[in-house]
Amino acid sequence: MKIVLDHLTKKFPSRNKKERGEVTAVGDFCFEIPDGKLVGLLGPSGCGKSTTLNLICGLLKPTEGKIFFGDDDVTGLPPENRGVGLVFQNYALYPHLTVRKNIQFPLENLKGDAKLTKEEMDGKVYAAAKLVQIEGLMERKPSELSGGQQQRVAIARALVKMPKVLLLDEPLSNLDARLRLQTREEIRRIQKETKITTIFVTHDQDEAMSISDLIVVMKDGYVQQIGKPQEVYDNPVNLFVAKFLGTPPINVFDGRVKDGMLYIGEDAVLKAEGIPDQEVHAGIRPEGFVLQEDGPLHLQMKRLEVMGRDVSIVSGHPCCQSETIRSIIPAESKVDTASDTIRFALKPAKVYLFAKATDERIYLQLQ
Amino acid sequence: MKNQTDYERIEKQAKARKRAGNIICYFFLTLWAVIVLFPFYWMVLTSVKNYGTYNSERIPAFFTLSPTLQNYLDAFTAVSLGKYLLNTLIFTLVTTSIMLVVITLAAFAFARLNFKGRDLVFTLFLSLMMIPNELVVITNFVTVTNLGLRNTFTGLILPSVTSVFYIYLLRENFAQVPDSLYYAAKVDGTSDFRYLWKVMIPICKPTLITIIILKVIECWNSFVWPRLITDDPNYFLVSNGIQEIRENGFGRENIPAMMAAVVVISLPLIILFLVFRKKIMEGVARGGTKA
Repeated sequence: MKIVLDHLTKKFPSRNKKERGEVTAVGDFCFEIPDGKLVGLLGPSGCGKSTTLNLICGLLKPTEGKIFFGDDDVTGLPPENRGVGLVFQNYALYPHLTVRKNIQFPLENLKGDAKLTKEEMDGKVYAAAKLVQIEGLMERKPSELSGGQQQRVAIARALVKMPKVLLLDEPLSNLDARLRLQTREEIRRIQKETKITTIFVTHDQDEAMSISDLIVVMKDGYVQQIGKPQEVYDNPVNLFVAKFLGTPPINVFDGRVKDGMLYIGEDAVLKAEGIPDQEVHAGIRPEGFVLQEDGPLHLQMKRLEVMGRDVSIVSGHPCCQSETIRSIIPAESKVDTASDTIRFALKPAKVYLFAKATDERIYLQLQ
Repeated sequence: MKNQTDYERIEKQAKARKRAGNIICYFFLTLWAVIVLFPFYWMVLTSVKNYGTYNSERIPAFFTLSPTLQNYLDAFTAVSLGKYLLNTLIFTLVTTSIMLVVITLAAFAFARLNFKGRDLVFTLFLSLMMIPNELVVITNFVTVTNLGLRNTFTGLILPSVTSVFYIYLLRENFAQVPDSLYYAAKVDGTSDFRYLWKVMIPICKPTLITIIILKVIECWNSFVWPRLITDDPNYFLVSNGIQEIRENGFGRENIPAMMAAVVVISLPLIILFLVFRKKIMEGVARGGTKA
């Protein structure tokens, strides 16, 4: 089922009583989520991701705008009638019920024609439990489960009634690193098997990039960019998106364009023809550096970090907006750690220019 | 060598001190237990004494060699103790069940629902706890009399079907159930009422059990209100019934028969307490920390 968000807006009254006014948690969100896709809602905390999710499942009423599931307008529908499955950040399992009863709970609430017999329920509960591989834990209470198991129960409970939409609110944040990696694969697998349109909220860009078909990057309630993970990574529309995606993060320099050349400090690093002379933010991805003896960019060598697969050179530059610059080069490269300066050439496709005043991307073919 | 002997001496001293402490502690505990339990013993003892024996004892004996159950038989046959017990049972059951419904719904409304003036109403409720019970009894008496409900079960039950304190206790307990469970239940398709029934009440069961036990005890022991509102022996509860038995049943002199009646009346509560004493303590302790 596709989901359409039409100019969705949610404003909360300001908590601060002195300054009356409203806080826009989600502003003018327009997006059509294609059927059967997994969409990652991504952004720093407080950017309106969870609010968006709560609007979609109906726990919050939008101030403006409409929500459609398929062709049905569900904006006014209460959550119990929307047919969504939601997995909470803290799982919100019913502590007094066993795993089986927890998963069965949504089925018991079906009314009218949808009402199920005992056998049908058992069958569905078992199928959902099997999907998330907890069929051996059915008689336990949530307090007797590990975090990862609880999370699976929460997913099974959300899936058991075959919702039109599955919503996941930071489902991995309570898990340890290894389990997180494993569980996100699991979520991907389950989503592929069930083909349920899924929206996944996270502040972890790795998570979102690795499993989503589409990612939506949000900031302060407004959508910054929507696209396939790789596209968004390769073509950020503004400085925020560029900074938010990628580990290690992008290196941002105070640069300037003069006479068709991009300067970082005194170094003319790339050709930037076709735009007027101006100050810019120059963002360079860590993998955009190429070690070259006569490369145009001079950096102060600080240290080398070996990561096995590749090597990260930590260096500095007075024009860089952060203390350190990280560049990733193949492990077999020869690096002279003794020298003070290190010289790089840059891959034009990995360098983005952003207007100084607006942080918006300056689209330009660098050479 | 010297060190070693020192150690031994210190250990011995510590042991002796500990033993002395224990002895003192247990002495006082025993003394206290005797003081507390003696009236119960005396009650049971007197109830199995023969009327004649009892009256012939110039100095009451601390035990009897010829116990009799005649007094118990009399309590059920000569006076209407059975009737009073039945009345009390009905009164207790009806009051407790109605009160449970009332306070659960009220506590849910105060804890979970959002409506205008909720906090104000709750504050007003709480301020009711400041008014002494005796004052409320007077107004209740006037109201119930004006409604013409004297000497009816409705009149007996009506004033105690709600309790501000229990609403407060339960609301605090409900408020501790995380909001996310409510949202999860909403998404899972439950109504508010079903959520209350299926999730809130099971989670808060220990508190509810405590409230039930405390309320049952309260009902069983209530005296002032039934005494005020009933003068027809058909509606007497055990508390004012015992008075009636003393005045018009056995007569003031038949203390052993009186004691038998008192034992019968106290027994249900003692059993209740023994069975649920852990639960009562838990609930009260928890209620304390939560409030």
